[in-house]
Amino acid sequence: MSKTATQNIKDEMVNLYLDNLDLISEGSSALMNHHREEAIQNFRILGLPNQKNEKYKYSKIESIFSYEYEKYFAPKNITFKVEDIFRCDIPELDTHLALVLNGFYLPNPNRLQTLENGVVVGSIIDATAKYPHLFEKHYNIQAENNTDGLVALNTAFAQDGVFIYVPKGVVCTKPIQIINLLMSDENLLVQYRNLIVLEESSQANVLVCDHSLSPKRFISNVVTEIAVGTNAQLEFVKMQNEHNESNQLTHTYVKQERDSKMVSNVLSLHGGFIRNNLNMQLAGEGADAHAYGLYLTDRTQHTDNYTFIDHAVPNCTSNELYKGILDDQATGAFNGRILVRRDAQKTQAYQSNNNLLLTADAKMNTKPQLEIYADDVKCSHGATIGQIDYDALFYMRARGIGEREAKLLLMFGFAHEVVKRVSIESLRERVDDLVNKRLRGELSRCHNCPMHCC
Amino acid sequence: MRLCVIAFKKIKRKVAKALRKQNKLNVMLVIKDLHAKINDKEILKGINLEVKPGEVHAIMGPNGSGKSTLASVLTGREIVEVTHGSVTFNGKDVLEMPAEVRSREGIFLSFQYPVEIPGVSMVNFMKAAVNEHRKYRNLEPLSASDFLKLLRERKELVEIDSALTNRSVNEGFSGGEKKKNEIFQMAMLEPKLSILDETDSGLDIDALRVVANGVNKLKTANNATIVITHYQRLLDYIVPDFVHILYNGRIVKSSGKELALELEEKGYDWIKNGN
Ligand SMILES: Nc1ncnc2c1ncn2[C@@H]1O[C@H](COP(=O)(O)OP(=O)(O)OP(=O)(O)O)[C@@H](O)[C@H]1O
Ligand SMILES: [Mg+2]
Repeated sequence: MSKTATQNIKDEMVNLYLDNLDLISEGSSALMNHHREEAIQNFRILGLPNQKNEKYKYSKIESIFSYEYEKYFAPKNITFKVEDIFRCDIPELDTHLALVLNGFYLPNPNRLQTLENGVVVGSIIDATAKYPHLFEKHYNIQAENNTDGLVALNTAFAQDGVFIYVPKGVVCTKPIQIINLLMSDENLLVQYRNLIVLEESSQANVLVCDHSLSPKRFISNVVTEIAVGTNAQLEFVKMQNEHNESNQLTHTYVKQERDSKMVSNVLSLHGGFIRNNLNMQLAGEGADAHAYGLYLTDRTQHTDNYTFIDHAVPNCTSNELYKGILDDQATGAFNGRILVRRDAQKTQAYQSNNNLLLTADAKMNTKPQLEIYADDVKCSHGATIGQIDYDALFYMRARGIGEREAKLLLMFGFAHEVVKRVSIESLRERVDDLVNKRLRGELSRCHNCPMHCC
Repeated sequence: MRLCVIAFKKIKRKVAKALRKQNKLNVMLVIKDLHAKINDKEILKGINLEVKPGEVHAIMGPNGSGKSTLASVLTGREIVEVTHGSVTFNGKDVLEMPAEVRSREGIFLSFQYPVEIPGVSMVNFMKAAVNEHRKYRNLEPLSASDFLKLLRERKELVEIDSALTNRSVNEGFSGGEKKKNEIFQMAMLEPKLSILDETDSGLDIDALRVVANGVNKLKTANNATIVITHYQRLLDYIVPDFVHILYNGRIVKSSGKELALELEEKGYDWIKNGN
């Protein structure tokens, strides 16, 4: 895309901001509004990331912005019953539900709910008023407004989103499920903001499901900041299941305190263009980070995962496994940066990225990026890009399993290595089932999706 | 009296002819003048072999003589290209069938080097295999409980550790466990013709006995076995009706079970020297 076109997108966004600042502010909260001005200034400097930016080398962000999109600064009145559009069919999965429609929190029935043992789930707008001290401490602290134009853009525009708070010592037994729905008669750009805070020695499971419900172009540009307190544990599973004209740009920031454990599992089942940034900062000794990812792509889909694990202090461990299956002309990228700072002795950091290419036209770029400044560390990384293993295929056929079925079993097995990290059994089984359907091509009717598959 | 003799001879001839015909109908596997190459190198140079139901054939021969290649041809490994000859199995042209159909028809290979398949559980693997075999015979898939029952039953037959079937196919199995797992799969699929390619290698003495017992228990008058081995030891348990020596792509000698003992004693030089 020409320079003028990217300049145009930038100008358009800045003007949009200036023209609608009142509306944006009105529909949000003072604490969030407080950060906008600086963010838009940053965006004015940074613009959208382009491919000269090493971090975005393999993803052409401007290309998805080159279409017209509507932007709403107040929730559109869509009248429907939640049950009519969404039915969670994970049978044994009983969750606390948070619904987000086009970036705005859907009261269900309240905007802010206090659950078992003081766990809070609700709209970020309402939470800022009630918990200002938490926002001062955690909101817009990790987000890279100075270096990533998309993050700055989000901070400038985001009005609503989900807030989750787990108080000290509380184990939230029921998983918290956030369902992001996109539904519109016109192309739509949505930008929202999530904040998740786990206090000391608390535990929670958060499941995020993204769905597109109407056959329009979408861009979701989402920033999520997560603070995992001392000795706290969070499992964060994200399921991206949107249609081919739906584009996701996600920026997830995690800061882990001493002896905390965080498991991130990003399952990109379907989507047109997906870019996930995951930053995990190991800020307290003994912290343990797990980053898992699975991407299943076909046709002209594109999935790009960028991860940054920052070992800032000694005695932390990180374990990273991303796997992908690329069919047709699909393209993908994985860039795994691990930084072990000078003081971070006794770090253990492991990374692997394995890819299966089903056709000669599918393309994958994988790049480990280890920067190690401490001397007493254990680090390893490995990346593979390969085809279906002929010997394994033959072995299965020699037992009477037809070629197509054998390939499916192999792919399923390949993907299961990531799925098996999901700790909730009923959810794991459901994900296995979705992966199976996806590999069999039964999820491709996602476009115009009548089924709400999570 | 004379007339009587003639009549008797006639009857005898008739019976013999009928028997021959019967036998011919009965032949399970017929390999005729089979030539095959891998990457343009001719490996099999004219193999002839007939196997009837109920028979056990042993194939012996030095390393690299083509034993596994023969097994590959029979099971449909695409890297081996058949350049001449024919193979029929119960009257059907085997070479026309894809690997999976051969298996469903009842040909089974216990691999010399079983393949590890990370992520695919033994249970899912076997369920898929058993049900594909059933589908081929127009049978309904087994119910989950019937399948588990079968699994349990067959596991006992080869005394395979329960934990193994809960793992990924062959992943991290010891050499001996892999071989046991092959025979377990054989027990699950109940093939008509089993080809055991060095199933004895890597087995300790107890495991060898267990595996051989498993094979013997699966033996009926209607199925046949081809045992590829280097050692008499296995043949003490699985007693062959015929022993063939494959050398340089040809079967150079066929005889009864005593041939294996002779080989054990004399080594292959005796064959190589053109005896
Ligand atoms: N994939 C292959 N590519 C090239 N050559 C091969 C391949 N497979 C087998 N060969 C060659 O074919 C010949 C026969 O090999 P084969 O495995 O059939 O021998 P074998 O009789 O089974 O030997 P062993 O007793 O060692 O198992 C050998 O020379 C071998 O190197
Ligand atoms: Mg061999």
